[in-house]
Amino acid sequence: MNGKRHFLKSLAALALSASALNAWAADITGAGATFPFPIYAKWAEAYKAASGVGLNYQSIGSSGGIRQIRAKTVTFGATDAPLKGDELDKDGLIQFPAIIGGTVPVINLDGFKPGELRITGTVLADIYLGVIKNWNDPQLVALNPGKNLPNQAITVVHRADGSGTTFNFTDYLSTVSKTWAEKVGKNAAVKWPADTSVGGKGNEGVAANVNRVKGAIGYVEYAYVKKNNMNFLQMQNADGKYVSPDDLTFAAAAAGADWFAVPGMGISMVNAKGATAWPISTASFILMYKEPGDKAASQNALKFFDWAFKNGRKMAEELDYVPLPDALTQQIRQRVWSQIKH
Amino acid sequence: MTPSSPLYRRRRLTNWIGLGLSMTAMALGLAVLFWILYVLFANGFAALEWSMFTHDTPAPGSEGGGLRNAIVGSLMIVGLTVLVSTPIGILAGVYLCEYGDESRTAALTRFVTDLMLSAPSIVLGLFVYAIAVATVGRFSGYAGSLALSLIAIPVVMRTTENMLRLVPGSLREAAFALGAPRWKVASMVTLRAARSGVMTGLLLAIARISGETAPLLFTALNNQFFSTRMDSPMANLPVVIFQFAMSPYDNWVRLAWAGALLITLTVLGLNIVARVFFRDRSPR
Amino acid sequence: MSPAQDSATRSTAKEVLSIARQQRLQDFLFHRVTQFFSLLVLVALLGIMGSLVYNAWPTFEAMGGRFFWHVEWDIVNEDFGAAIAVIGTLLSASIALLLAVPLAFGVAVFLTETCPPWLRRPLGTAIELLAAVPSIIYGMFGLFVFAPLFADYVQMPLKSLMSGMPLVGSLFGGATNGMGILAAGIVLAFMVLPFIAAVMRDVFEITPAILRESAYGLGCTTWEVVREVVLPYTQKGVVGGIMLGLGRALGETMAVTFVIGNANRLPTSVFSPGTSIASVLANEFGEAQGLHFSALFALGLLLFIITFVVLAAAKTLILRAEKAKGL
Repeated sequence: MNGKRHFLKSLAALALSASALNAWAADITGAGATFPFPIYAKWAEAYKAASGVGLNYQSIGSSGGIRQIRAKTVTFGATDAPLKGDELDKDGLIQFPAIIGGTVPVINLDGFKPGELRITGTVLADIYLGVIKNWNDPQLVALNPGKNLPNQAITVVHRADGSGTTFNFTDYLSTVSKTWAEKVGKNAAVKWPADTSVGGKGNEGVAANVNRVKGAIGYVEYAYVKKNNMNFLQMQNADGKYVSPDDLTFAAAAAGADWFAVPGMGISMVNAKGATAWPISTASFILMYKEPGDKAASQNALKFFDWAFKNGRKMAEELDYVPLPDALTQQIRQRVWSQIKH
Repeated sequence: MTPSSPLYRRRRLTNWIGLGLSMTAMALGLAVLFWILYVLFANGFAALEWSMFTHDTPAPGSEGGGLRNAIVGSLMIVGLTVLVSTPIGILAGVYLCEYGDESRTAALTRFVTDLMLSAPSIVLGLFVYAIAVATVGRFSGYAGSLALSLIAIPVVMRTTENMLRLVPGSLREAAFALGAPRWKVASMVTLRAARSGVMTGLLLAIARISGETAPLLFTALNNQFFSTRMDSPMANLPVVIFQFAMSPYDNWVRLAWAGALLITLTVLGLNIVARVFFRDRSPR
Repeated sequence: MSPAQDSATRSTAKEVLSIARQQRLQDFLFHRVTQFFSLLVLVALLGIMGSLVYNAWPTFEAMGGRFFWHVEWDIVNEDFGAAIAVIGTLLSASIALLLAVPLAFGVAVFLTETCPPWLRRPLGTAIELLAAVPSIIYGMFGLFVFAPLFADYVQMPLKSLMSGMPLVGSLFGGATNGMGILAAGIVLAFMVLPFIAAVMRDVFEITPAILRESAYGLGCTTWEVVREVVLPYTQKGVVGGIMLGLGRALGETMAVTFVIGNANRLPTSVFSPGTSIASVLANEFGEAQGLHFSALFALGLLLFIITFVVLAAAKTLILRAEKAKGL
């Protein structure tokens, strides 16, 4: 009995002393979208090296981010499905964009190079509606003359969790396909109509599922595509031209954006005009409280984003995200961050 | 009945078929199970490196990385759970054995304990979220420990009670005859006699909670950095494995296998130690 | 007695009395303290049920009893029904048991009847150790190793074989991606197999040797002993063990979430993706708000009740089997 008591006592002492070693602890917690997770994590790594403050970002999906900020369990929430102005006012939140990226359809088909095959918005909608079930469907063959599309069933991959990426993807499908708009609509979580529709958790889950299943098609943020060398499709934009995804085509889509047209800056950039614009470009937003409970953490979070806006451009471009232009970040500081009472 | 009569031959045939089918079933079943272990060991050992213990979990797309924060986090959460569950479980087990026959609630408690032993652990996670995360406003290692305690305490209770019951009554009676009060008999005689069995129960409880993922999903959440603060989200092995395994990054998947191997080795090791320990000194 | 001896006796008596009083107090405290901790477990269970009911209440208020059989899980329009998740849970658990029970039976029979004695202990220990392996391992195995193999060697041949047939053809349609309710059921079977095998073996060993030896003495073959003596004697225990396995399979999260496909719809073919209650909770809990949050608690409560009932039945059966042991 005595030996056990000594052991337990020393364990307790160890635990107490360990909790006193707060030097390495992260002060800022954020949660939400998986869309910007690669760039937020990169920024967090660099920020920690530069300032010693850690940012613990948990990518649980945009709906998760909205939920957790409303439950006040995190310092900021991240979402690609922006909240509307009246929702923001009701909860006492401010919203601002932090980064711009693009959602890309990816496939798993042997024998084709990344970006070799093409697709249009209406055909993509038909695949996700379950109308087109096979890769050698005449509509797909017509778009890709000369390519030998195999006789293989299409496995449609969607997001199993509530996702801003889904929100933007369905926003795009609703814009280009009336059937989709009527039948399914746009939201962070929808009723996926295709029979074979399989769910993955987070952008990571969708990418992993597409990689694993032959004949699969999914939609992921471009950083995931690039890092894993996935096979993506060229898309036809509003101007009728076929474009490949990269930070230039995303930036082209964001070029004409009027950010303050909508309260809360939650504008939509899908199917944007421009010869080189990528049709499913989106911004990812941050939600914070106007009157935060933990003022120190809130201030630290703003310091982090300030640092990221100034020093994070190169890291963003390496991952093919589009950093916000300086003029915009200045306006964000003056018009949005000023609303937070510290 | 002669060996060549049709009835005898039929019975022998049935015997051969029945046993043959059982052997096939057994071979199939064992083959699958050993295949799973082989896959785990092959992938896990291939991914095992010293850097795992010195680096923290990598950001998506970053190279290398390790599992240091997850290992430390798991150790802390499991450690706190053990600290909390041991006294509660043992004392409750003592109550069930020593006073259980006189009490009506004891039978009900035993029944309830058995139910909680097999309750779906994700539901326990929901409960702890409702009372320890949503109310306080943050995810924490404490909430994770609470959820794991709800799993560990019934295990410790049941094994303690069973081990105490195995202690021969003559030992107790001798102590009473010497004039010892009831509490001294219970703690210093019976419990001491059964202590190896109780330790077994503790080891089995630790093994059981080390591999649990679902209750930690919404309580301790996760943390990509090294942290020793139990009142905020803590990295832990099972949730990290869950996140990394379903991802498309190669280094994440490799780390997931390595982590899975670590957990399995810990669990198997604890079980083996419990058996060896128990077998040597069981009060038979 | 002299006055000195008198007072000495009295003081000793007083000492004895005070020691006795002290011990009574200590006994009383010990009793109450241990009782308190024991009652804590009861309170915890009541707390769990109470919390589940409290948080699930808004769903029952909004939807009433219809929640249980409504086939819909629409987060946007807040239209929830438990049927999809419950059917997925029951289907995957049933498939798991259908596969695991015969295999476990084979293992148990081998271990108790035909195994050479030198192999008996190590193999038995191996089975028990396998039952302790955490379930996330089975999930990873299912995702990385089993699903691709299942897609290529089972689903594709099955599909090309059966899809032409008139009635059953549609049952084998759909994409063959190695995931789905069938795949999840098979992975669950792997997980539950060592557990059921260990319980069956324990129960078979309880059979008194004298019964089996008498049967052998009469000239029964091994198979006949198992079928006519051991099984009837242990049938309650065996059924109890199977139901314990069922309880574990119903509540399993990790082994299932990896391969079930996470699709909130009813399965239309053998290869369809589906979902189980635990998978829905794991996927959607972090982001649920309002009625969705309450609906998830309602699902959790339902799962808790289902496992509760299965386990209570299992416990009673095993208890009765153990009581019959005294032959």
